[in-house]
Amino acid sequence: MAEQIVIIGAGQASVQAVQSLRAEGFQGRLTMVGDEAYPPYQRPPLSKAYLLGTFARERLFLKGDDFYREAGCELLLNIRATAIDRAARTVTLSDGRTLAYDKLLLATGTRVRKLKCPGVDLPGIHYLRDIADVDGLQDVFKAGARIAIVGGGYIGLEVAAVSAKRGLRVTLFETADRLMPRAVSKPVSDFFAAEHEKAGVVLKLDTLVEGFEGMSRVEAVRAGGVSHPADLVLVGIGVAPNDELAAAAGLACSDGIVVDRNAMTSDPAIFAAGDCTRHHGRDGAEIRLECVQNAIDQAKHAALAMMGELKTYNEVPWFWSDQYDLKLQIAGLARPGDSIVVRGEPSSRKFAVFHLRDGAAAAVEAVNAAPEYLIGRKLIAANAAVPPERLADTSIPMKSFA
Amino acid sequence: MAKVTFIQPDGAEQVVDIPEGWSIMEGAVRAGVIGIDADCGGACACATCHVQVELEWAEKLPPKSEMEETMLDFAIAPKPTSRLSCQLRVTS
Repeated sequence: MAEQIVIIGAGQASVQAVQSLRAEGFQGRLTMVGDEAYPPYQRPPLSKAYLLGTFARERLFLKGDDFYREAGCELLLNIRATAIDRAARTVTLSDGRTLAYDKLLLATGTRVRKLKCPGVDLPGIHYLRDIADVDGLQDVFKAGARIAIVGGGYIGLEVAAVSAKRGLRVTLFETADRLMPRAVSKPVSDFFAAEHEKAGVVLKLDTLVEGFEGMSRVEAVRAGGVSHPADLVLVGIGVAPNDELAAAAGLACSDGIVVDRNAMTSDPAIFAAGDCTRHHGRDGAEIRLECVQNAIDQAKHAALAMMGELKTYNEVPWFWSDQYDLKLQIAGLARPGDSIVVRGEPSSRKFAVFHLRDGAAAAVEAVNAAPEYLIGRKLIAANAAVPPERLADTSIPMKSFA
Repeated sequence: MAKVTFIQPDGAEQVVDIPEGWSIMEGAVRAGVIGIDADCGGACACATCHVQVELEWAEKLPPKSEMEETMLDFAIAPKPTSRLSCQLRVTS
C-alpha cells in the first residue's frame, strides 16, 4: 500500500486523481506540485467566456480551498519539479526541496508551440494557454483594435468569435486550405468558415505567416508576400507535451509520456495522465489527446491502478467548442478513409457528420445537434454498425438508433 | 448567496451556499456533491450534472433551452422536473 503519492502538475487530471484516490480509500500523504500561481483551474473557458469578460476568475477554479484541505492534499504552487530520482523515489523541486514518493503521477500537460519567424519576439504577439495569458491580453483586446490570429484551430477560432463579439476587426491566417483541418471533416470546416465570414472575420486560408513587422511593437503580419496591419496578434498553432522531466528520468517518451491502458509509464511506480501522455486509442493506434475527457478518465484509471485495481482504459474521447451561438460537439476519432454521412442541412445551423469505419460508427461531429452527439457517442462506444442511408434520413429520429 | 439543498438517492442531504451569478452545478462541484460530475465545466456538453428539482422550485425556473431539453432527453431516467444544473443560475 502506497504511503505517499506525489502529483506533478496542477490541472484537471491532478484534481481528478486527488478525488479518485481519496474515494478509493487512499489514506496516505498527497502532495500536488504546480508551476503556476493558481490552484487547478478549467482551461476551456479561457478562450471563450473568460476572454469575453463574462466569467469571473474565481469561477475558473475547479475546487475551492476547502476541497484540498478536506482531501488532505498539500498544494505547492509556483514550484516546478526539476528532476525525478527513480532509484531513490524522490522528486527534486525548484525551491530545492526533495519529496519522497511511493507512487508518482505526472500530469504535466502541454505548452504552446511557438512560431519561428522574423519579428516573433515583438511586443503585442500573444499566445493563449494560461490565466496570465488572457489577463495579459485584456488591455489591448478592445473594440476597434485589429487582431491578427495565426492558426485556424479551436483556439484561433474561439478567439476569433470572441473578438468579433467584442467589436475587434479580425483577420485569421491558416496554412491549410480549410479550418480545423486536424479536428473536423470538410463539411464542418466549410460551415464554420461561412459563419466566421458572416461575423466579419477575414479568413486567409492556404496562407503561411512569414513574419511580423513593427518598430517597438507589432504593427503588421507578413503573409503571402503582403503586409496585413495589426494592433495585436494571437498565435494558436497547437501545443507540445511537457515530457522532458519524464524523458530525463529515463521513462519511455515519444512526443508524450508513453503509458499503457492503466496509465502506467515504463516505471511501475510512475503514472501519467492527460494531455502529456501518449497511449493506445481504442483501435490500438498510438495517440496523444488534448481534451478534458482524457484528463479525467486517464486520471481515474491512474488512481485505480495506484490502488492496485487494474481497469483497462478504453474510453471514447469527446471534445467541444463554442463559437458564437454554435456548439460543436465531437465524439470519437476520425481517420482518413472513413466514409462520411451528413445528417441534416448545414444551412439550418443544426447538423451532424458521422464517420463510419467498416460500417460501424467511429466518430461524430455535431453542430447544435445534441441527440446526434449523444447517441453517436453510444454507437461509437458499442462499435455499432449503422446503415448510412438511415443515418442520413432526418425523418428517422436519432433515438431509434440507440 | 443562496442555500441549496442537494438530496442524494439514499436521502442524504447536503446544504451548499452558492453565490449569486454562479450556476447550481458550480456550487455543487466546489462543495464536492457526489453525482454532480460536470465533466464539461458547464458548457451543456455532457449531461453529467443532471438534477431533479423539487416541484415548487421547478415552476420558478426559467424554461429549458432547446439544447438543454435534448441533452436531458438522453440523461439517465429524466423526469419532467429534470434539469441540467449547469444551466441554472442563482439570482437574488
